[in-house]
Amino acid sequence: MSTATELMKTPLNAAHRALNAKMVDFGGWDMPVQYPTGIIAEHEAVRAKAGLFDVSHMGEFRVKGPGALALVEHLTPNAVSKLAIGQVHYTAFLYENGTFVDDLLVYREGEQEFLLVVNAGNIDKDFAWVQKHAGAFDCAVTNESPATGQIALQGPLAVDILQPLTKTPLAPIGYYFFTHGEVAGIKCLISRTGYTGEDGFELYCAAGDTEKLWNAVLAAGKPAGLIPAGLGCRNTLRLECKMALYGHEIDDTIHALEAGLGWIVKLDKGGFIGREALLAAKAAPAPRKLVGFKTLEKRDIARDHMPVVQDGKQVGFVTSAAPSPTCGFNLGLAYVPTESAKVGGRIQIEIRGRAVDAEIIPTPFYKRSK
Amino acid sequence: MFPADLKYTKDHEWVKPAADGTAVVGITHYAQDALGDVVFVDLPEAGASFGAGEEFGTVESVKTVSELNMPTAGEVIEVNAALADHPEAVNEDPYGKGWMVKIKLDGALAGDLLDAAAYEALVSAESH
Repeated sequence: MSTATELMKTPLNAAHRALNAKMVDFGGWDMPVQYPTGIIAEHEAVRAKAGLFDVSHMGEFRVKGPGALALVEHLTPNAVSKLAIGQVHYTAFLYENGTFVDDLLVYREGEQEFLLVVNAGNIDKDFAWVQKHAGAFDCAVTNESPATGQIALQGPLAVDILQPLTKTPLAPIGYYFFTHGEVAGIKCLISRTGYTGEDGFELYCAAGDTEKLWNAVLAAGKPAGLIPAGLGCRNTLRLECKMALYGHEIDDTIHALEAGLGWIVKLDKGGFIGREALLAAKAAPAPRKLVGFKTLEKRDIARDHMPVVQDGKQVGFVTSAAPSPTCGFNLGLAYVPTESAKVGGRIQIEIRGRAVDAEIIPTPFYKRSK
Repeated sequence: MFPADLKYTKDHEWVKPAADGTAVVGITHYAQDALGDVVFVDLPEAGASFGAGEEFGTVESVKTVSELNMPTAGEVIEVNAALADHPEAVNEDPYGKGWMVKIKLDGALAGDLLDAAAYEALVSAESH
């Protein structure tokens, strides 16, 4: 299959090809959707042992200077001032109307220094958004994305696999905290975060060091069962944990509260872009809600963007859906009218012209035992 | 990857005609590889008739779903019931245990079927 435009490549592109990965166009990036092991085996490896992902396509912006904290507080709804140095949180860039420019992680590197990690497909849009608002604040914003590589080691064996490669004690790093250190002799930001619902680390390094880091971690973990894992299982893993994906659960038509992300919106922290719209939304009854569902028949496999129907009329839509390797049934997330959004209730999804029954079930669908 | 005794369609089904006017139908190695892990195969009941190119079922993988199109006209006389419990057979053995339906041919084989060499050329063009 050929494409007219040249796809962007991460520093690991040749490594993926050498591993016989199946490559796909992911938001303009040439990325591995799976290796010859397949999505199910890669998914199961992450849940039971460990998987290694290339996430170098993600974007990194550094915000530094006396006005850095004020800028990030203005741009995002979560309480940035509450972050300790060395702590990370999940948050978003919102438009004035409370809908999403993107979702992101904010790392507090110093009192007035932050690293913002954004989605690959939104790097240009996000950087323009940040720059547009940065003028009023005394700080520098730099796009470090092209100079930065990132790999994610995810799974219950992550600490055991990574510890022999670094002098930095890993056990004391709490979930959603980070530190700087050397891994396999390579300078890294070592972050105990991830997008799989398992324990694990995201390692940021210089782009030129990424392949050496990838090979070192892969070799160190191989005896324990570590395998390379593609974007295919990254999607099923995050879906089981109800982690949002831009373009699916969140986008510029959905606001933060209906997306079930009220926990990142700190309305009492002071001003931020989108606050007034979300205050108004909170005061009014929400017309729709994001719910988790399972279809009742094995053959009924819902897919992203399928309509939710009621008496032959569309009343909502599926954001993400797939057969779940961990749960063993077909699940999904959908926006439905609030009056239908009760756990145990039934909705109908139109699958290729056929309305099939689904039951609303509690989310997340999967939660690891601590 | 391209058994010589099969005929192929442009959308990656195969058909294996027998001397008694029946034929077995499945999807190719290339098709199963493109789909990834197969989790469900929706097949028709025995007795259903289909024209050449008509949709006779679907195959679902973890990441996507694909229609199954009948390579040549016929009536379904048997379906591979084992796929209900072992859909992974489509990935593991697409030309053997992963077969989908057996049909009684309605007339001659469709004229636009490809032989192994022509199908191999098509696949190598698609993957570049």
